[in-house]
Amino acid sequence: MKYIRLLVLSGLSLGIFYALNTKIGALPPLGKFLNPSAGIWQNETNESITGEVEIPGLQDQVRVHYDAQMIPHVFAQNEHDLYKAQGYLTAKHRLWQMEFQTYAAAGRLSEIFGEGALNYDRTERRRGMGYGADQSVAHMEKHDKEVLAFVQDYADGVNAYINQLHPEDYPVEYKLLDYAPEEWTTKKTALLLMYMTKMLAGRDDDLEYTNVLRLVGEENFNLLFPDFFEVTDPVIPKETDWSFIDVPQTEKPEKHALLDTIAETIEKPHPDNGSNNWAVSGAKSASGLPILANDPHLGLNLPSIWFVMQLSTPNHNAFGATIPGALAVISGFNQHIAWGETNATRDVIDWYKVEFNEDRTQYKYDEGWKDVSMRIEDIRIKGQKAYKDTVLYTHHGPVVFDKNFRSDNERAGYAMRWIGHEGGNQQKTFLQLNKAKNYEDYADALQHWVTPSQNFVFASTEGDIALWIQGKFPNKWEGQGKFLMDGSLSENDWQSYIPQQFNAHTKNPTRGFVSSANQHPVDETYPYYVFNDGYETYRNRVINTYFNSKEKFSVADFKALQNNNYNLKASELVPYMLSQMDTSSLSDEEKGVYKEISAWTFNNDINEVGPSIWTLWYGHLEEMLWDEFNDEQVALTTPYTYQTIHLLKTQGNHAFMDIVATEDKTEKANDLFLLSFKEAAEDLSKYKNENGDYTWGGYKGTYVGHLLQGLPAFSRFDIPIGGGRNIVNATSKNHGPSWRMIVEMTSPPTALGIYPGGQSGNPGSKFYDNFIDDWSVGEYHRLNFLQSDVATEDIIGTQTLIPDTNEY
Amino acid sequence: MNTKIKNFIATLLLAVPLSFVLPWWSVMLAAFIASVLFPLEKGVTFFTPFCAILLFWGVHAFLLSSANDFVLAKKIAALLNLGGSPYLLIVATGTIGGLAAGISAMLGKELLAFMKN
Repeated sequence: MKYIRLLVLSGLSLGIFYALNTKIGALPPLGKFLNPSAGIWQNETNESITGEVEIPGLQDQVRVHYDAQMIPHVFAQNEHDLYKAQGYLTAKHRLWQMEFQTYAAAGRLSEIFGEGALNYDRTERRRGMGYGADQSVAHMEKHDKEVLAFVQDYADGVNAYINQLHPEDYPVEYKLLDYAPEEWTTKKTALLLMYMTKMLAGRDDDLEYTNVLRLVGEENFNLLFPDFFEVTDPVIPKETDWSFIDVPQTEKPEKHALLDTIAETIEKPHPDNGSNNWAVSGAKSASGLPILANDPHLGLNLPSIWFVMQLSTPNHNAFGATIPGALAVISGFNQHIAWGETNATRDVIDWYKVEFNEDRTQYKYDEGWKDVSMRIEDIRIKGQKAYKDTVLYTHHGPVVFDKNFRSDNERAGYAMRWIGHEGGNQQKTFLQLNKAKNYEDYADALQHWVTPSQNFVFASTEGDIALWIQGKFPNKWEGQGKFLMDGSLSENDWQSYIPQQFNAHTKNPTRGFVSSANQHPVDETYPYYVFNDGYETYRNRVINTYFNSKEKFSVADFKALQNNNYNLKASELVPYMLSQMDTSSLSDEEKGVYKEISAWTFNNDINEVGPSIWTLWYGHLEEMLWDEFNDEQVALTTPYTYQTIHLLKTQGNHAFMDIVATEDKTEKANDLFLLSFKEAAEDLSKYKNENGDYTWGGYKGTYVGHLLQGLPAFSRFDIPIGGGRNIVNATSKNHGPSWRMIVEMTSPPTALGIYPGGQSGNPGSKFYDNFIDDWSVGEYHRLNFLQSDVATEDIIGTQTLIPDTNEY
Repeated sequence: MNTKIKNFIATLLLAVPLSFVLPWWSVMLAAFIASVLFPLEKGVTFFTPFCAILLFWGVHAFLLSSANDFVLAKKIAALLNLGGSPYLLIVATGTIGGLAAGISAMLGKELLAFMKN
C-alpha cells in the first residue's frame, strides 16, 4: 500500500512538473509562463530609459535621449559606436520581432512552430531566401568591407543586449512559444533585407499569365493585359527627354512562349504592398521651401515594421523610420536632405523551364548540357527530426518547382531568375543617404541599390527636388519574361542590365513637383521594355490632379492629401453602372440601396454607406465577369482593375461578359451590373441584420494585427479610419499607410511623422500601440529633431551607453 | 506554534529566496522541504503549501501588474480565455503555483513516512 501511494504521488509530481513546464498545443508551459519571478509578469512594465549601461566594444560614450513618444535620440562620437547603439537599442525595444522576421525570411519557422510551418519553410527556401542572403554577405565581403564592418557593429550591439538578458527578461512572445533568442549575425541583417525584397519585389504572375495565354489566346490576352493602359500618368513625367540614352534595348529573338505550366504556384506577397511619396519645389510651396512626404503601404502589424530613431555623430544627424534588423534611417531626413521610398514594382522575376538528364545532374542548354549544383536545405522542426530538401540550382537560379515540390514531372522543373539572388549592397545606400548633403550625394548613394527597386523621392534645403527609380533592371527584349521561357535557349537569358545612369529619373521638373504611387514608371517613350506588372492607376492620378489644381501647397495640404479618401475608381464606374442598369426588377429594399449609392459622392469616409455598397457590388461584379478564370486545377489571374473597368464600359458585349454557368443565356455587362447589385444588396441586408448598419468604418473593420497571425489579445481591432484600396489613404482591412511622414526643408528641417503602432515591442508597455488612435484620425506627431546632445524640455529620460570597463 | 502555521511559514521562507535562483519549480522544492520538516496530516498536507504559494504568487503578480495598470495582464487574460480579467489571471497564477506546491508537499510527506518505516 505504501509503495503504491509513493508511486502514485511521485508520478503525480512528475506529471504536474511536466505539464507546467511544457508547451502543449497552443498553450504555453503554464508554470514557466505564469510564475511571477520569471514569467510574463516580469514583462508587465514600461521600458527603462535612464541610467548607464555597459556595452562591450564601444569606443566612447553614447548618449540616448528619449522623448515622450519613446523615440531614442542617439548621440554617438563615431559611426561604429552609432550602429552598435542602433543594434542595441533596436533589440532593447524590438528583439522578438527582429529575430522572428529573420526566421520567417530564412524559412525557419518550423523550429518554433513545428511541422505545421514546414510547407512555408520549404517555399521560402526554394524561393532562395537564404541563398540570396548568402550572396549579399559574400558581395559585401568581396567589395565592401567597410559596410560589412558596420553591419557587424550592429550585430555586436544586438548581441550586447541579448547577452544581458536572463530568461525572465525575454520578450513575452518567447515565453509564449517557449524558446530563446539566439545570436544575431550579419547574415540576419541580409535576411531582413531579403524579407523586404520579397515583400516588395517578390511578386510576379508569369506562370499565371502563361496559363491565361493558353486559355484565351494571344489576341484576348493582349486585350486583357495591355502593356500600357489607355490612361497613364507615369512616375517620371511624360514630357521627359530620353535622348541622352545611347544603349539600345535588347533585340527580340525569334521565339514562342512555352505553353505549359503548373497548377499551383508559390505564395505571393500582398498585392497592395506599395506607397505614396511626393515633393513640391520651393516655387510651389507656400513657405518657399520644398516639402516632401512619404507613406509606405504595408501590412498593419504589431510590433510595427517601423521603429523611429534619431541617429547622429558629430558629422551627421539623421532622423526617421528605421526597420528593426537594418542599419540607419530608411525613410527620413537629416540636416540637409529628406528622402522616402515607394515601390517601383518592376518585373524582376522570370521563370525558365529546365530539362534535366536522367539523374538530374545536368540540364540542357543550347547545344550542350550544363551542370546542376545542389543546395541542401536542412529544415529543423520542433519536436521532430529535421527535414532535408535538396534544391537544384541552375545558372538561372533555384529550380523552385520540380518533382519534389508541386510538380510531378520527373525530368523537368521551373527555375526562378530573381534579382533578389543577385547579392548587392543595399545597406550602403542607406548609410550614405543618412549622411548625404545634397542632390549629388543622394544620386551617388542610390547607385548601390539593386533591389527591391524603389522610387526614391528627394528634397534638399538647397531647394532641389528629385525622384530616381532605382534598382538593377535587366535590359529585356520586347516581351521578355512576361511568360514562362525555355531555359535551354541562351537567347532567353537576361542579356545585360540597363546602365544605372539610364534608370528613369527626374530632377526639378517644370511642373514643380515629383510624385509616385506605384504607377507605371514611364510612358511609351522610355527606350527600354517596361512590362505592365500590375501598376496602380488611381492614387497617382488623384495626387497629380491635386498638385495641378493650385499654385502653392502647405504642410496642411500635405496632411490633407495623405488622408484623402476620394475613391476615383468607384467614381469611374458607379455612375456608368447606375445609368446602364435596368432598375425595373428591384425590390423595395434593393431600391433603398440603389438610392444610397446614387447619393454617394465617392469619399470612403467612415460614416458613409456608399463605400460598403461599392465594395460588395464591385466584388461580385468582378467575380461574375472573370468567372472564366476561376479554376482550381490551374493557376490563373484576372485582369487589373483599370482594364476591368475599361472593358466593362467599352466592350459590354464581349464574350467575356457572359456567365459561363448559365448555358441558356448570354449575359452582357448591363446584366452583370444588375445581378451583382442584387447579390450585394442581399449581403448588405444580411450584414445589417447582424451588425445594425453598414457604414464604412465598421464594415471595413480595420485592425492592426500582431505578427503571430494576428494573435487577438495582442492586436487592435475596429480602428475607425476611412480610405481603402487604390485610395491615397490606402487603409484597407489590415493594410495601409504604415508610416506617414511630412518634412519641410527649413534649416534644419521640420518634420511630422506617425505610424500605426508604438515604439515598444512589448504588449505590456503603454508604448506598444499608443500611436494608433492619433494615426487613425489623421493626426501627426512633431518629430523633435535635436541639434545637439543637450536634453530639451521634450526629453523625458536619458540613458548613457558606456564602454565596458571590464574589457581591458 | 501550530505545525500548520510552521509549515506555511517555512514554505514561504523557502519559496521566496529560492525563486531568485531557480526556475518556477522552486515552489515545488520549497513545499517538498517544508513538508519534510513540518509534516502535516491528510488534506492540510496539500492545502497549507497550496495556500502559501497561492498567496506568494498571487501577491507578487498583483504587485507587478498593478504598478503597470494591468496592461499586460488584461491581454494575457484574454489570450488564455479568462475574459480579459487580470484578477482571474492572478488567481489562476496562484492556483497553478499552489497546485504544484501542494502535490510536491504530499510527495515529501509520503517519502518521509516511507523512510521512517
